[in-house]
Amino acid sequence: MATFLGIDYPTLWFLVIGALFSGYAILDGFDLGAGALHLFFKKEESRRIALNAVGPVWDGNEVWLVIGGGALFAGFPILYASIFSAMYIPFMLFLAVLIFRAVSIEFRSKEHMKWWRNAWDISYSLSSILMALLLGIVMGNILWGIELGFNYEFQGHWLDFLHPYAIMVGITTVALFMMHGAIYLAMKTEGKLFARVNQLLKKTIIFFIVSYSLVTLYTLIYIPHLTDDIYENVALFMVPVLAFLSIANVPRLVNRGKYVMAFLFSALTMSFLLILVAIELYPVMVFSTLGPQYDLTVYNASSSENALRIMLNITAIGAPLVIIYTVFVYKTFWGKVKLDETSY
Amino acid sequence: MDVELLSRIQFAFTISFHYIYPPLSIGLGFIMVLMEGAYIRTGNKQYEQLARFWTKIFAITFGLGVATGIVMEFEFGTNWATYSRYVGDVFGSALAAEGIFAFALESGFLGVLLFGWNRVKPIVHFVSTIGVWVGSMFSAVWIVVANSWQQTPAGHHIVGEGLNARAEITDFWAMVFNPSSVDRILHVWIGALIAGAFLVMSVHAFYFLRGRFVEISKKAFPIALMVSLVFSILQLVTGHSSAAGVAENQPAKLAAFEGHYNTENRADLYLFGWVDQQNQQVYGPFIPGGLSFLLYGNFNETVTGLNDFPQDEIPTAVNAIFQFYHLMVAFGLYFILLTVVGAYLWWRGKLFKYRWIMWVFVFSVILPQLANQFGWFAAEMGRQPWVVYGLLRTSDALSAVVTSNQVVFSLVMFTLIYALLFVLFIYLMNKKIQAGPYDEGHSTGRPRQESISEVLNQ
Ligand code: HDD
Ligand code: HEM
Ligand code: HEM
Repeated sequence: MATFLGIDYPTLWFLVIGALFSGYAILDGFDLGAGALHLFFKKEESRRIALNAVGPVWDGNEVWLVIGGGALFAGFPILYASIFSAMYIPFMLFLAVLIFRAVSIEFRSKEHMKWWRNAWDISYSLSSILMALLLGIVMGNILWGIELGFNYEFQGHWLDFLHPYAIMVGITTVALFMMHGAIYLAMKTEGKLFARVNQLLKKTIIFFIVSYSLVTLYTLIYIPHLTDDIYENVALFMVPVLAFLSIANVPRLVNRGKYVMAFLFSALTMSFLLILVAIELYPVMVFSTLGPQYDLTVYNASSSENALRIMLNITAIGAPLVIIYTVFVYKTFWGKVKLDETSY
Repeated sequence: MDVELLSRIQFAFTISFHYIYPPLSIGLGFIMVLMEGAYIRTGNKQYEQLARFWTKIFAITFGLGVATGIVMEFEFGTNWATYSRYVGDVFGSALAAEGIFAFALESGFLGVLLFGWNRVKPIVHFVSTIGVWVGSMFSAVWIVVANSWQQTPAGHHIVGEGLNARAEITDFWAMVFNPSSVDRILHVWIGALIAGAFLVMSVHAFYFLRGRFVEISKKAFPIALMVSLVFSILQLVTGHSSAAGVAENQPAKLAAFEGHYNTENRADLYLFGWVDQQNQQVYGPFIPGGLSFLLYGNFNETVTGLNDFPQDEIPTAVNAIFQFYHLMVAFGLYFILLTVVGAYLWWRGKLFKYRWIMWVFVFSVILPQLANQFGWFAAEMGRQPWVVYGLLRTSDALSAVVTSNQVVFSLVMFTLIYALLFVLFIYLMNKKIQAGPYDEGHSTGRPRQESISEVLNQ
């Protein structure tokens, strides 16, 4: 099997997808989180500032989902087909809230009527919360395992996705994004609104730490297939420890008013959590609850080596370009939000 | 209803709805580049005003394009799982390239285009406008490459059998430059440029008729008129070249376009007509031997008819395909006529004096939209019963585990959401157009009265 730097192509592509989804979680995470907090701001000016804090960047952030999805389709078509058809209903709901969220941002400030703006505010906030929740639920199902049988086709019931563990992971995702979004808003606001964001931020940190601890406990007790890798290889124990340290660092930095650092650490927390998930799963990508012969692994679900090689080339050319535009856009809109006639 | 039919309806509905917006975004993007370019070159503020105005309209079409686009990417997995397994290896690279090269470019610069007017230098803003437009052109490239591979597969081989059969990529560039992709990319691009230009002409013609924003419209209208003149003519060329490609690579589709049942060595070309599928007969005016001539430059060349293909490998909705195809061509010819007349009158300095032709321009905006939709209907329905031409049948491409109740649920959901989106789209477009190019300031600029009173009352 061909390798690059000693890593075989399917594994390499697994890493690329992992990186894309962490990028997505970090970037869209903060704008989903800001959206989830939106209704806590009462004044029209505050809502506009909060919305315009994400205004120029949310669309670019969401593209990471489009690319991540495309990369998953391209690299692991068998997994893409099985999981998307298995979780038909959650994915359709996800699409619905994604559409609502996009148009709420777009349309909210196009009219002055109070009812109009309130309706879009509610739709924006609810759809942001539901997007985070559904992403977490899908993640939770993948961690727990899915009833995959012959030909990796789903054998279960369509309501199975509402598993208690999946819902817990969903809620934790909402909490994580809320915390992340609050830190972002703290960086982008000033005055009274900033004070309000700060209050919320403290609460979201508590919310996240509580729900995260519950999920961790549940995982340790009920899902041995996720923890055995780590028990077997003590060096890997570093990852959960690092994740824990970076979480603990967030409230400390917030208290000292170092929001940019806090933001970086909350981003780091997300990456550590995803790395943890990747380590726990690999080489399996989705466990089948019907037996290991039906597990989807990086090897049985991947595209041909040739396809993976081509796409690695595409990524190698494209990724630096994407980073350049991203940096350019964030630099242009760096600093506190200033409303002008082009704002939402 | 069965899952296959429902999934097809859902896919056709969601993509047709999506495809209302991308052509407008691509086409307006181009006009915005021209207007902003004119501003940079001449320093005339009116061009800047125009560019800003069209950017606002663009924001609406673009926003809806993005919101409705992700749906299809997901549907490949949710509704067409067997298809995804089959084509993922080949198709995936085109989709991945689209994401990385195109979507990232457009959405990255979009923020600067929409919100950067007062933050960056005009030239940087201009570069961002170009970035967004080029990104949207590229996204069309990759998605059309993927679709063209479905029409005329190349650069792959088939491994496995039965349930496990899959296409694997062997040659990336052969896949990208499959026999139909170049023709179709050009055709789709130009269709989009025409759609954008017609929207611009329609709005400014409306201003002339109302006697509003007349000066600025005199600047905008000719730009769009020139764009649509040039591209309407080019569209005939690329369309013709597509048709020749279809005749070569998908002869059954071409026979369906023309309702051509019996193999004849003097195939007729119908200008319009009605296909009686029972009696395999087309009624309407025709040019004897015209089809043979168009395809092969000779009135006596043989064109294979539908009856000479295996009967389970031809599309069934022949009349519908015939109509969609002929309407697209008819609209294309009409665009050439209209823009040639318009350009002539403009050259003679009379264009803006004739109210009737301004009304024609106002209402013609709908036709490029229809031509784009009908073109896709003809191309996609003509491909049936295959999803991947000659390799995978639509009926085999479904998700095995999705039930019809689930699809009914999602179909109803999309219908409701899209109905709402469409109403909003029309409402907001109308509002922006009524407000005109000078609505700066009073709409969003200053804090509103209510919010000031809110502050005072607290
Ligand atoms: C990348 C692939 C791709 C692209 C760019 C398009 N299509 Fe398509 N289309 C498909 C891939 C596809 C498909 C997945 O292959 C479908 C679903 C089932 C089928 O038979 O083909 C299909 C079916 C399908 C049908 C139903 C045909 C039938 O069942 O008889 C219609 C009307 C359209 N499409 C229309 C469009 C429009 C308006 C498009 C413009 C954007 C378009 N397609 C682009
Ligand atoms: C099956 C077919 C299609 C799929 C799966 C698809 C997928 C997508 C996705 C995921 C987006 C959102 C990207 C974002 O978030 O920025 C999008 C938007 C877009 N698509 Fe499609 N698309 C399809 C057909 C087409 C075709 C045929 C064209 C061009 C001719 C096209 C042109 C665009 C453009 C230009 C955008 C950017 C948004 C806009 O300009 O309105 N798409 N599409
Ligand atoms: C002027 C005469 C025209 C001719 C002869 C023509 C010919 C064709 C042909 C043969 C196809 C099918 C290609 C295939 O299945 O591979 C096609 C598709 C299409 N046409 Fe046209 N066309 C014309 C005008 C137009 C116009 C004016 C528009 C839009 C403004 C348009 C938009 C489309 C679109 C969007 C498709 C589907 C994409 C594709 O398959 O390329 N066409 N056209």
